[in-house]
Amino acid sequence: MSTALQVANLRKVFGGLPAANDVSFEVMQSERRLIIGPNGAGKTTLFNLITGDLVADAGAIRLFGEDISRLKPHERAHRGMARTYQIITLFPKDTLEHNVMLALLGLSRVRWRAFRAMASETALRQEARHVLGVLGLAERATRLISEVSYGEKRRVEIAMALAQKPRVLLLDEPLAGLSLEERAQVKALISAIPRDVTVVMIEHDMDTALDLADRVTVLHYGKVIVEGTRSEVVAHPKTREIYLGT
Amino acid sequence: MLIAAVAAILFPLVGGPFYVNLASQIFIAALFAASLNLLVGYGGLVSLGHAAWLGVAAYTSAWLYLRLGLQHAITAALALIMTTATAAVFGAIALRATGLGFLMITLALSQVLWGTAYRWASLTNGDNGLSGLTRPAPFGLSLEAPAPFYYFALTVTAFAIWTMWRFVDSPFGAALRGTRDAPRRMSALGHNVTLVRWLTFVYSGFWGGVAGLLFVYYNKYIHPTALSLTTSAEALLGVIAGGAGSVAGPIVGAAIVLILKNYVSAYLERWNMLLGFVFVIIVIFMPEGVVPGMRRWWLRGRRA
Amino acid sequence: MQFWIIQTLNSLALGGLLFLLAAGFSLIFGLMRIANLTHGSLFMLGAYVGVTVLRFVPNLWVATLIAAVLVAAFGGAIERFLLRTLGGNPLGQVLVTLGISFIVADACLITWGGDPIPIAAPAALQRAVSIGGVAFPLYRLTVLGVAVATAIALHLLMERTRLGAMIRAGVDDTAMAKAVGIRVSKLFTMVFCLGAALAGAGGVIAGPIMSAYPGLDADMLPLALIVVILGGVGSLFGAFVGSFIIGAIYTFGSALAPNLAYVILFLPMIFVIAFRPRGLFGRSAA
Repeated sequence: MSTALQVANLRKVFGGLPAANDVSFEVMQSERRLIIGPNGAGKTTLFNLITGDLVADAGAIRLFGEDISRLKPHERAHRGMARTYQIITLFPKDTLEHNVMLALLGLSRVRWRAFRAMASETALRQEARHVLGVLGLAERATRLISEVSYGEKRRVEIAMALAQKPRVLLLDEPLAGLSLEERAQVKALISAIPRDVTVVMIEHDMDTALDLADRVTVLHYGKVIVEGTRSEVVAHPKTREIYLGT
Repeated sequence: MLIAAVAAILFPLVGGPFYVNLASQIFIAALFAASLNLLVGYGGLVSLGHAAWLGVAAYTSAWLYLRLGLQHAITAALALIMTTATAAVFGAIALRATGLGFLMITLALSQVLWGTAYRWASLTNGDNGLSGLTRPAPFGLSLEAPAPFYYFALTVTAFAIWTMWRFVDSPFGAALRGTRDAPRRMSALGHNVTLVRWLTFVYSGFWGGVAGLLFVYYNKYIHPTALSLTTSAEALLGVIAGGAGSVAGPIVGAAIVLILKNYVSAYLERWNMLLGFVFVIIVIFMPEGVVPGMRRWWLRGRRA
Repeated sequence: MQFWIIQTLNSLALGGLLFLLAAGFSLIFGLMRIANLTHGSLFMLGAYVGVTVLRFVPNLWVATLIAAVLVAAFGGAIERFLLRTLGGNPLGQVLVTLGISFIVADACLITWGGDPIPIAAPAALQRAVSIGGVAFPLYRLTVLGVAVATAIALHLLMERTRLGAMIRAGVDDTAMAKAVGIRVSKLFTMVFCLGAALAGAGGVIAGPIMSAYPGLDADMLPLALIVVILGGVGSLFGAFVGSFIIGAIYTFGSALAPNLAYVILFLPMIFVIAFRPRGLFGRSAA
């Protein structure tokens, strides 16, 4: 069992305040890791460092043993990393299908074709429809993003990430802002992700995503405070301290 | 569309030479604006340095013809190579920034060329410009008269616009629009945003150069003013006025700007001032462009 | 020897003038994120206003002051009535400043005609001062002095006054400044007026060296842009250093290789953009 994602002594300082303060952890292949912590704990900063949207001041990031710390975000995508965003970042004036096709293009040579019409890329469209189908959105494929519900948008986000056939999938607060019913749908989706994809999730509310996780890492003020299996972390006194402020 | 095509083809038979020439100028301006729009409307990168491509292509062609006596087929090819190479270099520099930084750098770079055109008199003949140029004669057909040149310009422009339309419609075009709308997201999906933008910049410069060649053939003369900020601004105004969201928009916009310029110049000497006013008015009152803006007002009027 | 001295002094004088122009531009861009393309025209407008004032009051410094005030007022009007309505649309704001620059340029052409109008330096400064056997034209030394004095004054304004603190806060983080209660819209107008005043004053002071002529705006604007790109946006120190570097390159370039002077300007700008896109001392990335 290899280490899918390793973060070693990661440090990022913003104007004097360390948003990531010597963060280290390892996620094994096939694992479902949950990263939790109160608001401002540095979770999204951590994700941005892992994806390359932010450059770390110190430390290293390894994907299946390969040091990717110096790679640009799009290069990391080509190495098998995909992510979703806390604030939904889709292309609102395009159809669901088009959005997923853009995701598929990201890793495909087709993206350099500058003369053939997109409309004639049938293979691409079929694959996009298929991905949307897996997420139960096949009938909505030709609707615009702006026309579908928030829960459906969330599912499209995940669809796009899965379309990249990633080895490591980073989900940034995938359940935020969803109704109870939508939440159950998305949780079912996440559980159904095949085990050849390693999943790392951020949530700031421990209860919601706990049952999806194998292991949990708790962050606070940019540092790893507690780490272990679900039950270990739940029982740990420091966890309660952070959440209840005692 | 078909009606427009037929009208365009039949036009020289009904219009007098002044109007036919005006139409040729419109095609050139439309091509120029459309090439800028690839960058502005589809790439989301506003450049105020588009005049550079017109200038480099025109001057290279003129210089090679006058100083080395080369044939038009060769000078055209070399001019376009020169323009594309310049675009490659300028693009690499300018794309180190985005937004306003990009705007300022493209402006500064283009102004450097403008200043050089004036000062490097031994090369460009400075303020006198380069004259004594001729129009090419493809397949031996003379383009001296208004009508033949009109058809030449029409053919080149139509072909260019068609190619641009295919470009915009292609997977690359879709990726380009993606980088305009959500660049970080596109990066995360695996698209090399900077490369996409740079390629578009160079492609836009290429067609700008083609417009420059048509320009120098039409006028048979090139002067540093062609490289001025006014030229870049007119193209940008054409894009904004016509609406940056489509391939056809800038064509309409460029036509409006050119017609305005021609008629105004007949009555007023102060085209620049009017250009300035039009800019201000359009930006404040009709930011999506004249065409969508007018449609909006029209609909509002009908509802009332 | 004399040649080098003269060129150096010319560089310093040009650098000083560029500073007056670039400082305002940098402040406006740094605080308001507006690339004020009217800036060159404001410089030229100042020069022309100076020409007119000098017909009634033959004192260059009085003319400078009056021009600065009038151009500042004009700038304030532009900001208050046009740019503010486009808040949140930085591209729109830039395009409006472009439009206005065309309007101002043509208005100057209509009002003052197409011929260059020289401005005389104050009689007392029209001679050269001899230091160590070398002659230094006094007016150019004065221009340098004015620029340095202005730089010091601006520095003190920025670092020692409340207004300066508010401006610096606004440059660093506009949203935060608003949240802390700084009246950002008023601040914007004041800074725009300040920038315009500097440009207008610069135009008059440049008069004895450059004259007032149509196209002065188009000649100065790219230089200001290059200075700001080089020195970094929002940094007065960067504008100061950048102005003198560009002043030197342009002056020596024009003297030694006039054909290529403009091309040589290219190089430091490219160098800086390639290695430090923020400019030498920039705070906020362009």
